[in-house]
Amino acid sequence: MDRHSSLTTSRRWGIALVAVPLAFLAYFFIYPLATVLVTGFTSNGNIDLEPLRTVFGRDALLNVAWFTLWQAVASTLLTLLLALPAANVMARYEFPGKRLVRAAIVVPFVLPTVVVGSAFLALLGPQGPLGIDLRQTIWAILVAHVFFNYSIVVRTVGAYWERIDPSLLEAAQLLGASRSQVFRRVTLPILRPAIASAASLVFLFTFTSFGIILILGGIGQATIEVEIWRQATGLINFEVAAALAFLQISGISVVLFLYSRYQERRAVQFRHQPSQSAPRAITRGQQIHVVGNLAVMAVLLGAPIFVLIERSLRSASGYSFDAYTGLGDQISGLAAPATTAIWNSARFAVVATLIAVTIGLAAATVIAYRRGWLSRTFDALLMLPLGTSAVTLGFGFLLALDAPVDLRTSIWIIPIAHAMVAIPFVVRTAVPVLRSVRHRLREAAAMLGAPPERVWREVDLPLVTRAALIGAGFAFAVSLGEFGATSFLALPSNPTLPTAIFRLLGRPGTESFTSAMALSTILMIGTATTVLLIERFRRDTPGDF
Amino acid sequence: MPTKRSAVLVAILVTAMLVTACSDSSDSTDKPAELILMTHDSFALSAGMLEAFTQEYGIPVTVLESGDAGTMLSQAILTKDNPIADVAYGVDNTFLSRALEEGVFLEYESALLTNVPVDLAVDPRVTPIDFGDVCINYDKAAFSTTAPPQTLADLTLPEYRDMLVVQDPASSSPGLAFLLATISTFGEEGDYTWRHYWQGLKDNGVLVTSGWTEAYTGAFSGGGGGGTRPIVVSYASSPAVGVFFADPPPADAPTAALLDGCFRQVEYAGILTGTDFPEEAGLLVDYLLSVPVQEDIPLNMFVYPANSAAALPQVFTDYSPVPVATAEMSVETIERNRETWIDEWTDILR
Repeated sequence: MDRHSSLTTSRRWGIALVAVPLAFLAYFFIYPLATVLVTGFTSNGNIDLEPLRTVFGRDALLNVAWFTLWQAVASTLLTLLLALPAANVMARYEFPGKRLVRAAIVVPFVLPTVVVGSAFLALLGPQGPLGIDLRQTIWAILVAHVFFNYSIVVRTVGAYWERIDPSLLEAAQLLGASRSQVFRRVTLPILRPAIASAASLVFLFTFTSFGIILILGGIGQATIEVEIWRQATGLINFEVAAALAFLQISGISVVLFLYSRYQERRAVQFRHQPSQSAPRAITRGQQIHVVGNLAVMAVLLGAPIFVLIERSLRSASGYSFDAYTGLGDQISGLAAPATTAIWNSARFAVVATLIAVTIGLAAATVIAYRRGWLSRTFDALLMLPLGTSAVTLGFGFLLALDAPVDLRTSIWIIPIAHAMVAIPFVVRTAVPVLRSVRHRLREAAAMLGAPPERVWREVDLPLVTRAALIGAGFAFAVSLGEFGATSFLALPSNPTLPTAIFRLLGRPGTESFTSAMALSTILMIGTATTVLLIERFRRDTPGDF
Repeated sequence: MPTKRSAVLVAILVTAMLVTACSDSSDSTDKPAELILMTHDSFALSAGMLEAFTQEYGIPVTVLESGDAGTMLSQAILTKDNPIADVAYGVDNTFLSRALEEGVFLEYESALLTNVPVDLAVDPRVTPIDFGDVCINYDKAAFSTTAPPQTLADLTLPEYRDMLVVQDPASSSPGLAFLLATISTFGEEGDYTWRHYWQGLKDNGVLVTSGWTEAYTGAFSGGGGGGTRPIVVSYASSPAVGVFFADPPPADAPTAALLDGCFRQVEYAGILTGTDFPEEAGLLVDYLLSVPVQEDIPLNMFVYPANSAAALPQVFTDYSPVPVATAEMSVETIERNRETWIDEWTDILR
């Protein structure tokens, strides 16, 4: 009798674990998205596919689609090329300040593009250190994309790399394999799922790139994301915007489908080693490798960040902290002192984190414990919001969420939208943790006769807690920097750090400008601190991000 | 099937949990619990301004900020049947025709319109609140020995080579306004049209940025961001604003606006069609046009008041006089040609 009832309980739990994330996604993503598409494709009450014909019939729009695709592929490849060696350095070598470096490289990922865009304009302009004008060239876009996405590859792949059992590689070498053979035949196959996971995220982000294309791109250069925005808000042409949104979401779906198929076929089972204390670089070649990669990070990630900090310290009389000490005062153009924006950002981030961790952990449990169709679909479905344009989703909220409770202008929509962006990160952090426990402890405990709840409570829960804490840290950081998801809603003034920065940059006067830079610096420090705290939990825990 | 039902229950509970505690839908009683004003993200008034309205009429005002003016109009159109606000403020003449076509505004005649110049009031459904002129600005320091440009045509001359920065009309509101100014100045037909003019600007090294911020605080030498180009498309009010926010204030404005070939952007307020409180909404429109708010507008939004009874701040009269002759173009002409002109411009400049 005991056995029977406990099975039903766990079944119920199982259903809830699927239902909760699904309900969230259905109401806050699929429903608004479907409403936007249906509205765009409906004329006089009939479904009309004319807008799609318009898109495929216009060369300019087809060029946009083609540019979107190839720049995303190029950005992803370039990011992999530059970040994979760094992933090796972070995984395999010990050096002073490593934890700080690991935390610092996440900073670019959460910076608002408006802020970074201005730094890149300064660096890549004719007065920049390179001395050549790369503005409005594809190179500016590619470099900025690498800047934003570098940490995804380093962290995702690095986390796998440091858990490859060195004896495996040594064995291959003993058997006569050259170093490059070891890499191609042993290391690479093990890393492939991690590389695919990182590459899919980078592709998603660059495929839907908006601010970077707008600020650094040339005239007439647009991704589908930019064109949706231009059609919807610049030309008020909702039909073409909806057709483009459909095209974008289709493209993303195809990529996510291929990705999950690939992961399913490629999934190599290998034993996760607890991460070992990595050795210091010994040979001259190793030292060059480590120092070289750190130099790349310093230039690529450090230079734009340095420009921002330097600008925040500028004042009429040389350098000063005026911009920081003035943040508590009323700054022209902001409805409230900038400290309010800091407080708002923290509040929204806490709520967003709670939502993201609840939903993300439920989803991660399903994905980790059930392989196959359900698990794959779930993973891909949760990533879809990352590849959906902010305009589409923002307008979808406005069209769909007016009943039963009018959420369209509620500030609750801010943490909900942030959570939607953060959930994939929670999932990707938690799944490997949950999977790592499955093989050994769970089965042993079950075999010893522990009922499922007890296994869960005593074996899974401690690990889940740790996964939750790591996931929470990333959700918090993502929410701190999130800007796009809510910028197309109409909300009562609740400035967050990114929105306050954006607003200040849109006003004349040096004071606004240095205040914006000071707030950006605070945002960077907040992010780096959050990530440093996460580092304390993540030791010895496998993680995807 | 208890399991299925409980799953549905959980789903409903979670949704409910997420959606409660955040709505305060106003019932259509005699007096609204609040009036909602939707506007763009450049909206700003001094602290206490809207509270004064509440004190006078007993109705609190909530301000919804919704991106740029184009985004706000899209939102107003999309929510036409079940509006999220009672009054919309910030639709300008480059978009007005579209807003009127979509029928988002109710007819309303403010008693204060008698103080508004007739050329600003173009339709009974909207009330002009303010206007701003998009003009060429230049950095005076760069022209201490040579003469600054006097007309738009001057900008194609070799002495101003590589000096001008403008915004992309496809992504920027002042960029579009400047394109319209050139179309109005050089015309569509004849030996030398606006297309020739832009080809001339391109040959003379014009730099195009995506938005005002990148142009003014990034590329312009007088914007404080370390740029190198001394001529920029900005507003007639920019020189005054530069003086007002400088600390310490300079003896003279470091920048100046060229008052030839400006384009006037007029911002309107209107009562949204689906509101339950058209009468109270009218009070709010009146309030936006009243002298206290009108005198507060220039130093908060850097535009000029539509109500001629409102006095301009000293810094505006000193450094940013209102351009007298501005480019004229009807809202219908703009609506009809906007997309074609932007596409043509893109082809020329690409």
